[in-house]
Amino acid sequence: MNYFEKTNDEKKIRLYEIMLTSRYFEEKVNEMFMKGLIHGTTHLGLGQEAGHAALSGALCKEDWILPTHRGHGHFIGKGGSVYSMMAELLAGSYGIDKGLGGSMHMTDVKNFNMGSSGVVAGAVPIAVGMAFAMKKQSKDNVVAVCLGDGAFNQGMTQESLNLARVWEVPVVFFCENNLYGMSAPASKFVAGDITKRAGSYDIRAVKIDGNDVIEVYNAVSEAREYAVSEKMPYFIESKTYRWLGHSKSDLRKYRTREEEEYYKNLCPVKRYEEYLLNSGILTEKEIQVYHEKAQQEILDAVSFAEKTRGNILTLEEAKKYVYSGGEDR
Amino acid sequence: MKIMTYAEAVREAIREELLSDESVYFIGEDIGLYGGCFGLSRGLWEEFGEERIIETPITEGAFTSAAVGMALMGLRPIVEIMFGDFVSLTVDAMVDHAAKYHFMSAGQVKVPMVLRTPFGSGTGAAAQHSQSLEAMYLNTPGLKVIMPSSPRDAKGLLRSAVRDDSPVLFFENKLLYRTSGEVPEEEYFIPIGKGDIKREGSDITLISYSRMVNVCLEAAEELEKEGLSCEVLDLRTLRPLDTELIINSVKKTGRALIVYEAPMFGGFGGEIVSVINDSEAFYYLDSPVKRLGGEEMPVPYNPNLEKEIVPTVGKVCGEVRKMMGESYE
Ligand SMILES: Cc1ncc(C[n+]2csc(CCOP(=O)(O)OP(=O)(O)O)c2C)c(N)n1
Ligand SMILES: [Mg+2]
Repeated sequence: MNYFEKTNDEKKIRLYEIMLTSRYFEEKVNEMFMKGLIHGTTHLGLGQEAGHAALSGALCKEDWILPTHRGHGHFIGKGGSVYSMMAELLAGSYGIDKGLGGSMHMTDVKNFNMGSSGVVAGAVPIAVGMAFAMKKQSKDNVVAVCLGDGAFNQGMTQESLNLARVWEVPVVFFCENNLYGMSAPASKFVAGDITKRAGSYDIRAVKIDGNDVIEVYNAVSEAREYAVSEKMPYFIESKTYRWLGHSKSDLRKYRTREEEEYYKNLCPVKRYEEYLLNSGILTEKEIQVYHEKAQQEILDAVSFAEKTRGNILTLEEAKKYVYSGGEDR
Repeated sequence: MKIMTYAEAVREAIREELLSDESVYFIGEDIGLYGGCFGLSRGLWEEFGEERIIETPITEGAFTSAAVGMALMGLRPIVEIMFGDFVSLTVDAMVDHAAKYHFMSAGQVKVPMVLRTPFGSGTGAAAQHSQSLEAMYLNTPGLKVIMPSSPRDAKGLLRSAVRDDSPVLFFENKLLYRTSGEVPEEEYFIPIGKGDIKREGSDITLISYSRMVNVCLEAAEELEKEGLSCEVLDLRTLRPLDTELIINSVKKTGRALIVYEAPMFGGFGGEIVSVINDSEAFYYLDSPVKRLGGEEMPVPYNPNLEKEIVPTVGKVCGEVRKMMGESYE
């Protein structure tokens, strides 16, 4: 079904705004890392913006998501504030996790984002449990869990597919196949076909162009509708590409610059812009304004984060979060 | 002697074992062309090729258990787990299987394998990429646990570990990788189960392993200026433990402080206290044996907090001064 066609222009523009915000956020984070303004490590989602906008875009507010380590874009997609995410990256107490979590663990419960696990595939079975709970609690919602092509191989993923099917729980498995798990090409390290393998658990499974925001939106909408009404899992293999290295130290020896150029030409943002122009939803000039607006928001987020980074938790304050209830003590 | 980094020493040990015994294989994620997550295996794939450098999908549980199978059949696999935190995914392989086969079969089979992994905090990688989980393995008879502090020890011990007929866990502190030291030019081995006196002294014994040995050495240097003479023991192997070294040193100095990075409670320090209390060294004590470990909390992302939670030179000095003061009264 064409769910996308049925949405209004406001929604269509919202998807676009999320893609732009994700794009500019990640570009800025990359720049700041290179300049040494952010410590630790990070995994950027440049090139995967269609998924960031359309996964959460097609879900309801009370549907949960669990992104991967490459999760900044999904945080934005689910409605998270770039101010609190940037503040988290700078490790201040105004960050979404008060500077305790960092890039890989942006938990935003207000927006039904459970945050990422830094353990590849670690969150996949957790999503199954969350969906189990939702079913018991008679909620008409779903849990969407992201996983990469690399994560698909983990035993935890395979066990979760089986568990979700035999328990009949509403999980949307959103597999972001960006062709590599760190340096390991999926073509060499994933046996068989991801969608077929997921489907072999008697789970509805589809393979889509993950760089086409409209296609992703339609697929997730359908998955959500099915998962909610049937209380069943659904699997989406969203084919995409990560433009940058795996993390900040990656020299990308395992792929060619030509290959990267090829995929950059399939830029999900540009493709959607063409659609918005051709369908008369936005003019060139308006597009320009949205770019500027997104860029400005990121700049504002950076200055907020920089201004507040000096506020950090003390050790004693941090310790209160080790056990539940500790923060009230 | 030649000067090399800890990372180079580990790489040389792997390389020399691959050269000297064709049943040795190196197995792990991104250890080929990529050169390993920390660049440690650079050049090995170029030299030995895919026949001996076995890259795996992200499936720690399966490939570590597979390594147990290889070892049962007479190969000598060296498994790399990308981050020490993910040894949690190999507990079944190591604790339930590798540690048990020889015993359960009454010696009919053996498991000559090494699992090596970078561990520890200090890189801003937050709670799931910074832990020191050695204690999880110390309560498992059948496993050997090695945690060297210097390039020389790392190389000599890793070579011994590969040749050992029992399963060995080899923990390498990430922050040590770039430290350098003297390593013999000629072939050498360091025996498993033998600690080392890294600095002789007469007032107090600082007992440590891995990176914290360097912290203790620096503290000893500081305290010397105040007229205090610290003996620094590097346990190197935690299991089997060189109890004699500990007992003799404490008999000489009459005081002992144990320093380690893992959270103090339930950590290895408690074991050493027992070793001392259960031995004749107890009767030589001038003050109670003390432990200095990590704070009782997961590793926070914020870099200031991250530095605060582990023992530092300042904390070691402070603790030593306190202990010396106690007995003066
Ligand atoms: C259990 C585990 N093993 C290894 C790693 C290190 N690591 C982090 S991300 C990653 C690659 C993941 O690939 P994929 O699932 O395809 O996600 P992508 O990074 O491509 O988005 C690896 C090996 C980890 N975090 N957890
Ligand atoms: Mg991938």
